Amino acid sequence: MTDTTPTLHGIARPSAQEAARHLARRKRRQRRLVAYGLAAIAFAFLMLAILVGSLVVSGAKAFVQTHVTLEVFVDPAEIRADRLPRGGFKDVLQAALQKQIPGIEDRKDAKRLLGILSNGAQFMLRDMVVADPSLIGETIKLTVPVSDPYDQLAKGEIDPETPEEFRRLKDDEIAWFRTLEEKGLVSMPFNWALFTNADSRFPELAGLKGALMGSFWALLVCFVISFPLGIGAAIYLEEFGRKNRVADIIEVNINNLAAVPSVVFGLLALAVFLGWFGLPRSAPLVGGMTLALMTLPTIIIATRAALKAVPPSIREAALGVGASNQQVVFHHVLPLAMPGILTGTIIGLAQALGETAPLLLIGMNAFITSAPASPMDAATALPTQIFIWADSPERGFVARTSAAILVLLGFLIAMNALAIFLRARFERKW
Amino acid sequence: MDASNPATALAIDETAEAEGRVKIMARGVNVWYGDTHAIKDVSVDILDRTVTAFIGPSGCGKSTFLRCLNRMNDTIDVARVTGEIRLDGEDIYAPGVDPVQLRARVGMVFQKPNPFPKSIYDNVAYGPRIHGLARTRADLDRIVEDSLRRAALWDEVKDRLNEPGTGLSGGQQQRLCIARAIATSPEVLLMDEPASALDPIATAQIEELIDELRENFSVVIVTHSMQQAARVSQRTAFFHLGELVEFGETPQIFTNPRDPRTESYITGRIG
Amino acid sequence: MTEHHIQRAFDRDLEAMQALIMRMGGLVEDEIREATRALIERDLELAAKVRADDKTVDALEHQVNEAAARIIALRAPAASDLRTVLTSMKIATALERCGDYAKNLAKRTSVLVEMPPIEGADKALGRMAREVELMLKDALDAYLRRDAELANQVREHDAEVDQMYNALFRQFLTYMMEDPRNISACMHLHFIAKNLERMGDLITNIAEQTIYLVTGEMPEEPRPKEDWVKVARAVASGAAQPDAGEAKGEGGA
Repeated sequence: MTDTTPTLHGIARPSAQEAARHLARRKRRQRRLVAYGLAAIAFAFLMLAILVGSLVVSGAKAFVQTHVTLEVFVDPAEIRADRLPRGGFKDVLQAALQKQIPGIEDRKDAKRLLGILSNGAQFMLRDMVVADPSLIGETIKLTVPVSDPYDQLAKGEIDPETPEEFRRLKDDEIAWFRTLEEKGLVSMPFNWALFTNADSRFPELAGLKGALMGSFWALLVCFVISFPLGIGAAIYLEEFGRKNRVADIIEVNINNLAAVPSVVFGLLALAVFLGWFGLPRSAPLVGGMTLALMTLPTIIIATRAALKAVPPSIREAALGVGASNQQVVFHHVLPLAMPGILTGTIIGLAQALGETAPLLLIGMNAFITSAPASPMDAATALPTQIFIWADSPERGFVARTSAAILVLLGFLIAMNALAIFLRARFERKW
Repeated sequence: MDASNPATALAIDETAEAEGRVKIMARGVNVWYGDTHAIKDVSVDILDRTVTAFIGPSGCGKSTFLRCLNRMNDTIDVARVTGEIRLDGEDIYAPGVDPVQLRARVGMVFQKPNPFPKSIYDNVAYGPRIHGLARTRADLDRIVEDSLRRAALWDEVKDRLNEPGTGLSGGQQQRLCIARAIATSPEVLLMDEPASALDPIATAQIEELIDELRENFSVVIVTHSMQQAARVSQRTAFFHLGELVEFGETPQIFTNPRDPRTESYITGRIG
Repeated sequence: MTEHHIQRAFDRDLEAMQALIMRMGGLVEDEIREATRALIERDLELAAKVRADDKTVDALEHQVNEAAARIIALRAPAASDLRTVLTSMKIATALERCGDYAKNLAKRTSVLVEMPPIEGADKALGRMAREVELMLKDALDAYLRRDAELANQVREHDAEVDQMYNALFRQFLTYMMEDPRNISACMHLHFIAKNLERMGDLITNIAEQTIYLVTGEMPEEPRPKEDWVKVARAVASGAAQPDAGEAKGEGGA
């Protein structure tokens, strides 16, 4: 086509330059749009990287724990088999330390020397001896965590250049620890205690076991309640209920419920579950029930969407051969909707896992030093544990908080990955 | 052209009635979708062992009327059906009639091939299973094989009965759907544009199959293709704006329709 | 047709085929008129023109059949469209046969030039030819206008042509019995009359096709046709008196 032929409508065609300009403008606009999109994604990734990066930087140190290994002579003079579990465990440990760092005669200094070890060290030794009283009179090798200030020192958090009065450790204390380090008695293994210990006032002993178990029980309760209830409600509303004004009102309310701030559910649970039913405070059972209230609308909405997505041709086919409504739903529609339902459920549970506010209101932020054995025992959950640790003044809890957040994020990622896997694995083409 | 002759009089075949060849007898059927009057006072006789075609422009009510015949309209909340439809003399809208049982007697094949996302075997076996038609596994095997043979699909799928039905070609899927429909031994087969999603070869196979099915079933087919109606049916009904305009022997409808509206539609004129 | 097809090209195809038929009809009308004039005026040039024109008619019939085949193959006509195509083919065939008879008439003119004229025969044949021509004109009008009423009139008109033929038949038979030298000319003249009568039948066919096209049904009752066999027998046995008078009366009118 040449420039001179008019268009179909009898209007002169734009010149070649005009056309080229027009085309260039169009391409520029598209490039600009793509650039904006890329910038937005890059910004989101940058923010995510900063978040995760800062958590990793501050939390990484909590995954290792400074330990010191001592040769401990279980002195029968201090510890007597017939008086167990009482005994002079502290003195024995102090003696072991004094052996390594000689020249400390002052009682006060000796007491400070014992401060190198975690407060839990004496109980570890006690538990060992109680478990095996034949150890009395023997010399045993004992590896115990160091206390928080020394842990910080080992991890380089305490700068020896700072004036002594602003430091938590005095010069001689740093010197003692350096001596132990020089003797090769200090080690920094992976901090299993983070997962195997329950909470503690001492950061070096505090672990997530209680929170993990609490979250597990709460989620289990939440799943057991909300999954069948949610699917049942969704099936009724979508497949059996009449589509009328009442159904519309219910639909609007379910959607609103999903948007209600979680703290409101916490207040409701406080009033109803604890107030009226008299269920135990801080129990994962109550936590799970509260979370179930929150998760229910999510599951109902996801299930309804999944049921709606099943093509009507399948329903018609089943009805056409004479299946009843119930058979249509359970033989055809529900199996086809299952991947969507499971995905929605897992995402709902992942939300519940991260929920803090309602758990705070029902007391799942209590300080509990043992992991719950059943849903009725008092416990914390991962997010409330993070909340507690973030509030604690000890330096060691800063790293622990970050580490706990990383653990929580890890679980969330795992759950979402499972949702994606289920969707990909069971999604059927029709 | 005798336009004064009411279509209802044409649609009722008194000799066939007398001979007991009428399978479905509809009298004064009206259908409302909410406030929309979709079917207006339609009376029609569907003969046994005959292919009856419903033709007409989109939205003329032919599919709606077809769905009255197995009460598929029941599944739509706002649909309301009045009048009388008798299958072998029995009113299918009577209070005691269970639509689920009815649909085993009046099978249906849909526009889009819609096999269940299950194996070929399970697709065909589903109807007999839910209606309890097979006492033993051998019985069920026989029903499946017989249905697939009647649907002219057996030779193509006998070695892969456990493969998913959705893996078949479009034409095979539609024949699988026909096999699924006839597995419950229905007396009437309703087909809602069964070949509109298929290529010409698959369409020809379906049409040939419909002609064979005529030996055992009364077939009612809704189609947009007038040529298809002409090829497969013995009797043709023309619907327009919810009314049954004309019903008669297919050759007569296609060479010499009585109603000018039928004429306009069949010859492709603006009516 | 007041309505038109959604696909305009279908209308154009049908109209083109109709136009071919109308052209054929016009040509055949001309042929009949000119052949008759050539006969009466013993005009050999005009007779030759008629014979040449008939080739065009034959070619047109071929075109109509091709157009019909194309429409059937490409447009799958139904109902009135189907009837239009079917009747077009039949009408084209009938017109082509009419043309052949006219050509035959022209052929015989070249023979008759060399024979003595038979008294009153030319005039009677001229009237008969005009009658046939009129029938053809009406039949084509009826077809073009889809006028079953007019077509029915054409059909009834054929009885008159038959009657004229029967009268001529008796007349020629009488002449031949009177004087055997007339036999040759009378034979030719009789064939011309017979051809005109056949044209009347063919035109009746056209009218019947038109009725089928409009109503979708062929007219059932057989049209009243006087049996020439009866007439022939009557003349041969010398008992043709009552009819002969009528024939003479016609001849004299």
